[in-house]
Amino acid sequence: MSVLVDKDTKVIVQGITGKAASFHTKQMLDYGTKIVGGVTPGKAGQSVEGVPVFNTVRDAVRATGATASVVYVPARFAADSIMEAADADLDLVVCITEHIPVLDMVKVRRYLEGRRTRLVGPNCPGILTADQAKLGITPGSVSKPGHVGVISRSGTLTYEAAFQLTNAGIGQTTTVGIGGDPVKGMDFIDALKLFKDDPDTLAVLMIGEIGGTAEEDAAKWIQENLKEKPVSAFIAGRQAPPGKRMGHAGAIISGGKGTAADKVAALTAAGIPVADTVAHIGATMVKLLKGKGLFEKCHTC
Amino acid sequence: MNIHEYQSKEILRSYGVHVPDGKPAFTVEEAVANAKALATPVIVVKAQIHAGGRGKAGGVKIAKSADEVRGYAKELLGKTLVTHQTGPEGKKVGRLLIEAGASIQKEYYLSFVVDRQTARIVMMGSEEGGVEIEKVAAKTPEKIYKEYIDPVIGLAPFQAQRMAYAIHIPAPAIRKATALMQGLYKVMIGKDCSQVEINPLVVTAEDDVIALDAKLNFDDSALFRHPDIVALRDETEEDPKEREAAEAGLNYVNLGGDVACMVNGAGLAMATVDIIKHYGGEPANFLDVGGDSEPEKIAKAFRIMLEGGQAKGIFVNIFGGINRCDNIANGIIEAAKIISPDGKSLPVPVVVRLEGTKVKEGRAILKNTPIANVFPAATMEGGAEEIVKRVAAAKA
Repeated sequence: MSVLVDKDTKVIVQGITGKAASFHTKQMLDYGTKIVGGVTPGKAGQSVEGVPVFNTVRDAVRATGATASVVYVPARFAADSIMEAADADLDLVVCITEHIPVLDMVKVRRYLEGRRTRLVGPNCPGILTADQAKLGITPGSVSKPGHVGVISRSGTLTYEAAFQLTNAGIGQTTTVGIGGDPVKGMDFIDALKLFKDDPDTLAVLMIGEIGGTAEEDAAKWIQENLKEKPVSAFIAGRQAPPGKRMGHAGAIISGGKGTAADKVAALTAAGIPVADTVAHIGATMVKLLKGKGLFEKCHTC
Repeated sequence: MNIHEYQSKEILRSYGVHVPDGKPAFTVEEAVANAKALATPVIVVKAQIHAGGRGKAGGVKIAKSADEVRGYAKELLGKTLVTHQTGPEGKKVGRLLIEAGASIQKEYYLSFVVDRQTARIVMMGSEEGGVEIEKVAAKTPEKIYKEYIDPVIGLAPFQAQRMAYAIHIPAPAIRKATALMQGLYKVMIGKDCSQVEINPLVVTAEDDVIALDAKLNFDDSALFRHPDIVALRDETEEDPKEREAAEAGLNYVNLGGDVACMVNGAGLAMATVDIIKHYGGEPANFLDVGGDSEPEKIAKAFRIMLEGGQAKGIFVNIFGGINRCDNIANGIIEAAKIISPDGKSLPVPVVVRLEGTKVKEGRAILKNTPIANVFPAATMEGGAEEIVKRVAAAKA
């Protein structure tokens, strides 16, 4: 079991003929992902890594029966690509693209209202279900199958966390990179809900960072709704000065809100252990699992 | 991206938003000429820096004559202002705004920002104007009103009216206030702002509604469609290292300390700054070099960190995912050759933690390099501890 994607999910790649997209199409195929088509306007009839290219998402979906999409389209066109995927009634759209204008994303979120499509990202590494499928740019080598779900606002920290978990013998169900933008699709609570309903996921790791209050909201939600599955966390940006954007568009302390100290305090108050440094993300989860008597069950690799 | 108050007011004016008459001045003579041209009984001299809290720091002066303007302009131009937003080093004043004074009946607060949770632009208003809104939010949150704006509809007239009544705009000024709100919303959308803040918004003795101060921030990701905004950039307001890094496509924030770091990925870069501090070091910077291992780019990053003798040691923390550690190690070695005066040594210790794909090969390359001062670290913790120790030793 897993959340969002598995080995049977049929996936199309939007912007497939681009350099990064074609490189990652091969990586995704090699991992076992069922990439069934690609979309680049004007390039129908071509193929990339043996995958047929279509002019529109609608054409690609009609021909292949795809239910999910990964977007690698350049920032100024990416919002439109997300809306095109939603218009084709896909279940899932994962947008990797960074630097999409915030007000474009405001329009996208409005467009998604009342539609079935779930958006992950933008500005995210994507989703990986260990040994089954990956949508995005997450390296496949660091994850092993198991029972811990991972949700993260950062790409490299997702890899770092999966690596530390795997090294400690703790496999993962699915890692979900929700992305570093201020206005995005799925947030912590949305992903937590999926992991709550996944019988294979026994614990969840949350990786947050400065900016916004999503971690505080998640802490409250976990306390009220997720008693049966332990959660550990890490927050990046304890030393970030206010008003400075730390790489990610969403990683900024503004108006005194969104500090790491506030997030750590909210998580701690909700009984969620927070790793003191990035080097202890794995160890913090191991300690939590041992304390809850779940370590043996979760020791899968 | 930030701009000056006078530039913000010029943009507001072009959208029909009522702001006080005024012009920028770069010299004392210009300030006096502007004041004479205004010919108003009260003239306000405002220091233009990219930071709030100027009033309390003595950066805003009220003058009654051109001579007084001359005195204040002499005092302010070239002065370093320290406000709660500038940091202890302060900011040097290079420009003034010479503006007509207003007869204030009452001050209000009005702003537009993007709300992350609802993915909507939210208009916030309060009758507690002229003070920091964070303080109002902390003490009397019930005095802040919010209107969430549907991007399809825009700011609905009823929402603007509801806000005007909620914050008790006097009856004769209601229509002017709602028109001003509509203008501000158009600026927010038209210029891809991340924030439009008017504090204070004032109702004058004559029941006019004026944006007495104006702060606009812009979404960096949308600047490609606003060359007019890019042209307003004041480079003297930016950290020279940050500006140089941005030009080289590097994500860099100067944090002032002496333990530098170079990392791939924004999240890991933030976490690396944190771990340096955790082990007792003073982080020099945040730096995300991205995923590639191009020696020229890494060399540029090294140069920026070392400039002015700031970095006393560098911690390179890389997780090779799609990129291979052997390529990254070669990139670091090549970069070291580029910046090293004799091709053999680096001016400060560089501790390198590599993890991920092809890590053994990467570490072997670092271990066997003839370049002095490069130290591979087996773990991230070990690497962070080591760089902090080496920097402490170098300073001792």
